[in-house]
This record gives sequence, structure tokens and C-alpha cells, in this order.
Amino acid sequence: MNWTFFISLLWGLWGTVVLSLLTFLFGGIAGFLIAIARISPVKTISMIAAAYIEFMQGMPLLVLMGLCFYGPGIFGYDSLTPLQAATFALTLYASSYLGEIWRGCLQSVAKPQWEAAECLGLTRWQRMRTVILPQALRIATPPTVGFMVQIVKNTSIASLVVGYAELSYNAKIINNSTFQPFLYFGIAALMYFAVCYPLSVQSRALERKLNVANR
Amino acid sequence: MSPIVELKEVRKSFGAIEILKGVTFEVNKGEVAAIIGQSGSGKSTALRCMDRLETIQGGSMRICGHRLEDEKVDLKALRRDVGIVFQSYNLFPHLTVAENVMLAPRLVKGTRRTEARQIAEAVIAKVGLREKMDAYPEQLSGGQQQRVAIARSLAMEPKLMLFDEVTSALDPQLTGEVLRVMEQLAKDGMTMVLVTHEMGFARKVAHKVVYMKDGRVHEQGTSDILRTPSTVELADFISEAAEH
Amino acid sequence: MTYEFDFAAVLAYWPLLLEGVWTTLRLTFFCTVFGILIGAFCAVVRTSGPRWARWIVGLYVEFIRNTPLLIQAYFLIFGIASMGFRLPIMVGAVIALTVNIGAYTTEIVRAGIESINRGQLEAAECLGLSKMQTYLHVVIRPALERVYPALSSQYVLLMLASSILSSVGVEELFGISNRIQSDTYRNFEVFVVLGVLYLIMAVVVRAGFSVLGLALFPRRRKLGTPL
Repeated sequence: MNWTFFISLLWGLWGTVVLSLLTFLFGGIAGFLIAIARISPVKTISMIAAAYIEFMQGMPLLVLMGLCFYGPGIFGYDSLTPLQAATFALTLYASSYLGEIWRGCLQSVAKPQWEAAECLGLTRWQRMRTVILPQALRIATPPTVGFMVQIVKNTSIASLVVGYAELSYNAKIINNSTFQPFLYFGIAALMYFAVCYPLSVQSRALERKLNVANR
Repeated sequence: MSPIVELKEVRKSFGAIEILKGVTFEVNKGEVAAIIGQSGSGKSTALRCMDRLETIQGGSMRICGHRLEDEKVDLKALRRDVGIVFQSYNLFPHLTVAENVMLAPRLVKGTRRTEARQIAEAVIAKVGLREKMDAYPEQLSGGQQQRVAIARSLAMEPKLMLFDEVTSALDPQLTGEVLRVMEQLAKDGMTMVLVTHEMGFARKVAHKVVYMKDGRVHEQGTSDILRTPSTVELADFISEAAEH
Repeated sequence: MTYEFDFAAVLAYWPLLLEGVWTTLRLTFFCTVFGILIGAFCAVVRTSGPRWARWIVGLYVEFIRNTPLLIQAYFLIFGIASMGFRLPIMVGAVIALTVNIGAYTTEIVRAGIESINRGQLEAAECLGLSKMQTYLHVVIRPALERVYPALSSQYVLLMLASSILSSVGVEELFGISNRIQSDTYRNFEVFVVLGVLYLIMAVVVRAGFSVLGLALFPRRRKLGTPL
């Protein structure tokens, strides 16, 4: 094995981590808004949120990447850099899933809690902040950590349309010159595994803890 | 003729705890035997041993000619001869009533579909649920589900039927419909062993009553022992049961 | 804004698009069939196989679920090629996708199997059913019925994810559209058309799964409720 290649893979991994963090940050903010919109008492708002989710989850992430990469230029904005385009597309994608996950968590905080809070004369936002969110947060943590694994894995296709250089892109480049796919894709796979597996384990552990606490 | 059920000094432990400490009794062909006793007396364990859901560790047990202490006992043959009904019905939720009943004849005996359907119709009619043939378990009441469970066992034409507290999970009004089915079975000459809390039923239907206490048979005899018990413990048990 | 959309130029390639749709659907179909077979088998092994086999299946599931499909496809397809085997690309694609979806299916079916009550097994045992018969009729069937909704959404996701295999040269819908892009330079329009086509396919495939569910599970047809 050539060490320059290994370093290159590590750089790729760095690219993967950066894109994952950006996606989680922006996707999380957007996802929270989607979740709130989804449970809005105003029918129109909740339906728009539902349509957004259907739309984002009904097409491949690759297509989203293409739309985000070529779209801004067409509508008269500056073209996006590969990292910006990839973050944009992944944010749309992640927000639809996180919105759906968090909606479920918000709704699963027992209805009596909503009503009890209502009886105390709290406004909707006060109820949300003081009673519902703290409880929903606990329920939401395991699936959210689990979804971070999906984000990390999905950053791998950011190289395909928009050409963002991350781990699988670098691995592909290395393979093109070395023709040792098992070695270099194997190492790349192990690197992904090293990031994703602890998250998966953590997600399961949190879920078990939650189940025990709720018993 | 040798008895259909024959237990001699049967012992069974779970870990360090001995549940059966030498249980002996017999049931003859066509007899109904009721096993009664406090919870924890080992009566359900004794019944489960009879279908070899538990293996015994001492003594001997002969059921319909099968030697259950023998490790190489033919389980398939044993289960053809013995039917068992549980407290929690255990119907297959994804199958209709008829399919529940037809499953074992078709798979185990290789009965053809049309013939299995006829058998199913006959046994389901016997438990009074002809109009529910194509319903799914969740559409039935607990009592109806338990009657289907009985029909499912009957479809295999067993020589011996075991009942493990089959009415314990049911409301009083649903208990009656299940007991009536069992009473009819007894009248038809089926050999039955039942673990039960229903003293009235035992008094009326059982030929033989086995009172178990702390893993042993404390007293046994005809159902007369329920009227005139000869041990203080059984007398206490009966009066306690009457209070509930 | 001065850009003029030209969807007509893209839609003129409709035979090519249709071919891509057909390839994507075929790919999804084969992977669904093989994926369910592998998933059901591995789920049985995972829940009641010998210790070493459980361990191997566990390793397979964890490894696949914690690495990207793209890397798995590169590893398998370029790897097989590097050993000197010349596989038709569609076969390679089916292998890569099946290996991937098999792991997800295993986890879903395993959850279904674990939800089956122990009393069910006991009842089957007492009726004289063999281990195999019990598994087939009393465990797997209701387990599949129970997890069917989760499985069908997973397979819709598989259809969308199959677009990733364009990167190894599979000419499914996404891959074939590259030709249109290089012919027309109408990249954005191509992606819009692709998005619409995939959305329609997702709806159709989802509907297909629910019809199939009604055909496979009579209980669902009659009661309309999940098991």
C-alpha cells in the first residue's frame, strides 16, 4: 500500500465529515421547521410540509443534487461550488427525513400532556417550549443519531453529479490509477464503517435506555 | 387394559427449585381427571410434562403408550395422540378459523384440502362456531377463540385432551360457553385431563380429582372428595375456592 | 432572468427515457425478489441459527448498513472485474444491490420474527408441526405480513437508490439520461424530467406493493388492518 494514497483517503474522509456536519446543521434547522409545520393546526401549512416531504423522499438524492447544482445558475444566481451544491441538496434531503422523524416524536408525547399544558393557560409556543420539546427531545435522540448514519453514507454520492471530492471520490481516483479495488475501496469502506458504526451502536444504546426508562 | 395416563413418582426441577416431588396418578380411557391446587403447586407443570413441553427428571410417565422418560420418545407420534389447549388460546392470527383448524391435519397428516375442510367443518360445528368459519381470530371473543383452539386440537383426532386453565383468562359469562363444549366432549367419551379452578365444573364432570400441594399429590379420588375431603388442606382449599 | 427552458428537446428523447424506466424497474424487481429471499434466510439464521452463523450474518448486516451503497458497488463490481471475471453489467448491478438490500431486509424481517409470541411456537409444536413447518407457516408468514409496510418502503428506497449504479455504467434511468445531457446540454431540464419520472415511479411502485400485499395476505384484504 502506498502511503500517499492513504493520506489522500484520509483527506477524503475529512471532506466527508465536513459535508456531513454541514448537512446535519442545516438539515436539522430545516427539519425542525418542517416538523413544526407538519403539526401546525393550519391545514394549508401542514399540507405544504407533507407535500415537501413526499417530494423530497420520492426522488433519488442524485436528482436533487443535479437540480441544486444546475438550478441556481439558471435562475440567475451565482453558480454554487460543489460543496455548496452538495450541502444544499443533502439539506433538502435530510430535512424531509428529520422533519418526519421529529413530527412522530412530537406527536408521540402523550396527548394528555398537550391538554394539561393547555389547561394551565400556556400559549401554544410556551407549551411547546416548556412541556413538549424537553420530552420529545428525549424520544428523538436515538432515531436522530441513527439518521446521522444515513447522512454520512449519502455524502458519498456528492462526488457523482456535483464533483465534490470526498472519501469515495478519492478512492475512485486512486483505483483508476492503481487498479486495486479490493484494497482501496476496502480501506474506504472501513473508514466509513469507523464513522458510522459507533453512531449506530450509540443510537441503539440510547433507544434501549429509553425503553427501560419508559417501562 | 392399561391406563391412558400413568404417572409414577414423577420429578421435575427448574434449576435448584424442585416443582414436582414425586407425582403419581392414573387416568383411564374415557375418564375426565381434574387437577386442582393452589398456584405454584406444580399442577400446570405436571400437565405440560404430559405433552413433553417439559422433560421429566425422575420417575416414569406413560401417555397413550409413549414412554416420556425415554429420550428417544417419538414426539411426532405423541403429539398425534395428545391434544393440548392453553390458557392463552394461541390461535394463529394470520389464519382464519377454518385455516387454523386445517393447518395441522394438512401439514402433519398430509390430508387433502377438501377433506381437511370437511374435518374442520365438523369440529368447528362441534364447538358451535359454524358461522365463524371464515372469521379471523381478532374478530372473535375470548370464549370463541378458546373454542376454536379446542376445535383445532380435535381436528387431529387425539386420544387424550389436556386443558391448561383454559378459562382463567375469560370473563365469567364467556367461561360458561367453553365449559359447555368441554362437558359435551366428556359426554362423547373423550379422555381428558384438565388443570382448573372451576370447582363446580370438576364436581359435575370429573370422574377423578387430583389435589396437588407443594409438588405432590396430596389427595386423590372420585369427585366425591370435593364434597367430603379427607384432608384438612383440601377442605381448606375447597372453602377458599368457594369464597371467590 | 433570461434563461429559456426547453423541455421539448429533452422529451424528444422519450424512447431513451422509457428504456431507462424499464431498466430501473427490472433492476428493482430482481433485487426485490432476491433481497427478500436472502433477507428472510438471513433473518432466520440470525434468530435461530448456530452461534457462528448468527455471528457471520450479524457481521454482514452491520457492515452493509454502516457503509455507503456506492462504495459497496465499487468494491464488488470493480473487484470482481479485477479478478478477471467479465460479468454483464446488469448482473453486477443486481449483485451489488441485492447484497445491499439483503442486509436491510434481514433486519426488518428479524424484527418481525422477534415479534412472534412464544405461545405460537408452542401451539405449533403441540399440533405436531415440524420445526421447518413451524418456521414457514407460523413464524415467517405472519412475520412478513407484519413487517410488510416497512419492507415496501425500503424497496421503494431501493428503486431510488438504484440510480447510484449509474456510476458504474449501468444504463438505468439516471445513467441513460447522461446521454441526453451530453446531446442537448439541457442539464437542468433533464434533472427536472428525471425528478418527475422518479416521483411517478415511486407512486406506482408503492401502489404495486400495496396491491401485492392484498394478494399475498388475505387477512389484510379482508380486515384492512395491519397484523
